[in-house]
Amino acid sequence: MRVLTVKGVRIDDTFAEAFGMRATALTITADTACWARQAAVTMTGFATSVIGCGCEAGIDCELTAQQTPDGRPGVRVLLFATSSAELQKQLQARVGQCVLTSPGSACYAGIEGDETLKLGNALRYFGDGWQVSKRFGGKHYWRIPVLDGEFVCEATTAVTKTAVGGGNLIIIGRTSEATRAAAETAAAAIAGVADVIAPFPGGIARSGSKVGSKYKGVMASTNDAYCPTLRGAVKTALDAEAGAVLEIVIDGLTSRAVATAMYAGIAAIVKLGPKRGATRISAGNYGGKLGPHHYHLRDLLP
Amino acid sequence: MRPLTLVLRQRPDQRLDLSPLVPHSLSGKSAAEIERIELQTTRSRVSVGDAFRLRNGDPTRICIEGSCDRLDRIGHAMTGGEVFVEGDVGTQAGRLLAGGSLTIAGNTGPWAASAMKGGLLEIRGATGAFLAAPLAGEMAGMRGGLVIVRGGAGERAGDRMRRGTIVVEGGAGAYAGSRMIAGSLVIGKKAGPLPGYLMKRGSIVLGVPCEAMSPTFVDCGYHQLLAMRLWAAILLPHSKKAAALLRRPLQRLAGDMAVLGKGEILIANPN
Repeated sequence: MRVLTVKGVRIDDTFAEAFGMRATALTITADTACWARQAAVTMTGFATSVIGCGCEAGIDCELTAQQTPDGRPGVRVLLFATSSAELQKQLQARVGQCVLTSPGSACYAGIEGDETLKLGNALRYFGDGWQVSKRFGGKHYWRIPVLDGEFVCEATTAVTKTAVGGGNLIIIGRTSEATRAAAETAAAAIAGVADVIAPFPGGIARSGSKVGSKYKGVMASTNDAYCPTLRGAVKTALDAEAGAVLEIVIDGLTSRAVATAMYAGIAAIVKLGPKRGATRISAGNYGGKLGPHHYHLRDLLP
Repeated sequence: MRPLTLVLRQRPDQRLDLSPLVPHSLSGKSAAEIERIELQTTRSRVSVGDAFRLRNGDPTRICIEGSCDRLDRIGHAMTGGEVFVEGDVGTQAGRLLAGGSLTIAGNTGPWAASAMKGGLLEIRGATGAFLAAPLAGEMAGMRGGLVIVRGGAGERAGDRMRRGTIVVEGGAGAYAGSRMIAGSLVIGKKAGPLPGYLMKRGSIVLGVPCEAMSPTFVDCGYHQLLAMRLWAAILLPHSKKAAALLRRPLQRLAGDMAVLGKGEILIANPN
């Protein structure tokens, strides 16, 4: 593999392989930014990977009072799943259990489109007959009486079929501290990119996986080629100086947004430099045969 | 391109039916063809050319100048474009309006916005009785769109309305929102006796407490409802007065308990 070097950071001439996904976006508002964030954090909890959580979800950005439909502070949340049916199931369960229950919250569609998912149309039954349907300005809302007043929820939200899941960066450093510092700075840069989320804790995954396992029925297992403690025991992808590896997985509403996020992540890691951060950046793929979206690192250099 | 303009020559001897003068029926017609359209409501024939001086222009923007209260059914079943009327109009202005915008700079007679389906109707003066109401024999009144009345409304504004929004910045006569099936009605100033009479669902917002409320509405206390705030933000470009009213604490009265009782009258705190 050809290796490129930018400001002392080695960048593998490889590519991240990503898949098409179904995605939706929501705007969650509350009386304060803190409570809007709380509802969004609760709703996007346990949503790191479709393998075990049903969906991947996260906070795209925080919204000012001027950017939300009801003039209160809010948060934009993105949800990704492998099918519209699963996305509907996750949306209903998560908004019903985590947003409806959060004090002072309201929930609106975060994207527009022809194909829709039920939002308030599914949750309205909580109103037990006292729910009120309202159409204002061409949009349909449900008012559901709750203990602190009313939960206002848009009837539907749109689903996009052009979303991409699985854009990634593999960050390799000499020590776990330096690698973590590089991953943190990349995750912070990616958090500033619109229409993307990094669904793992703090945007960072330490248990990068490969497809399959020696055990029957296990779909994914540890990516042994990148485990520093197995460097001598397996066919490793690491060199002698690698002490720790972290991965950032990126889901975006569009392929372009994923590429922008990967670029922002690489630029942040390169800016931090190899002394304080990562010495090498790579990306995960399956040989290019499984996922239709390929993000070559050489095209995303700062 | 300048709008197609019709200037009324003089007050007509009979009521005229202006329902053919809407953008979708005038597009593609020559000035001569337009002038031959008949408008009479009696046995004596009156064509557009007899009643109006026509300045041809863009048929999607129609301007009627020098209008008077004998011109009925303006903007009937309009589907798009703009109609602007300078002056008063007669009955059924904007009846079955489905799209586009109709602006009446003066007053209107009864049944304005009757059974309206969509679009925007703005009445800068006052309007008569049965605003947005169904005609006799029809099951429902207004079922979509937005009506803004800058002045007051007569009796039974929003009678049997099913969907859509009506804002009356002035006061209203008796039985505002009578028999409402659903929808939203704002009365900025004083409403006559028994607002919401036999309403099933829907919301009526009163800027001033009504002296003769039906006893079949039950008090649910004062609230600052988020839905009203959301509605205020949507109404703000059309009516600053209505938006300001919706942001105030509102007393919620549920009713009419004589029927389904899923409706509400929201009354602004007078203090």
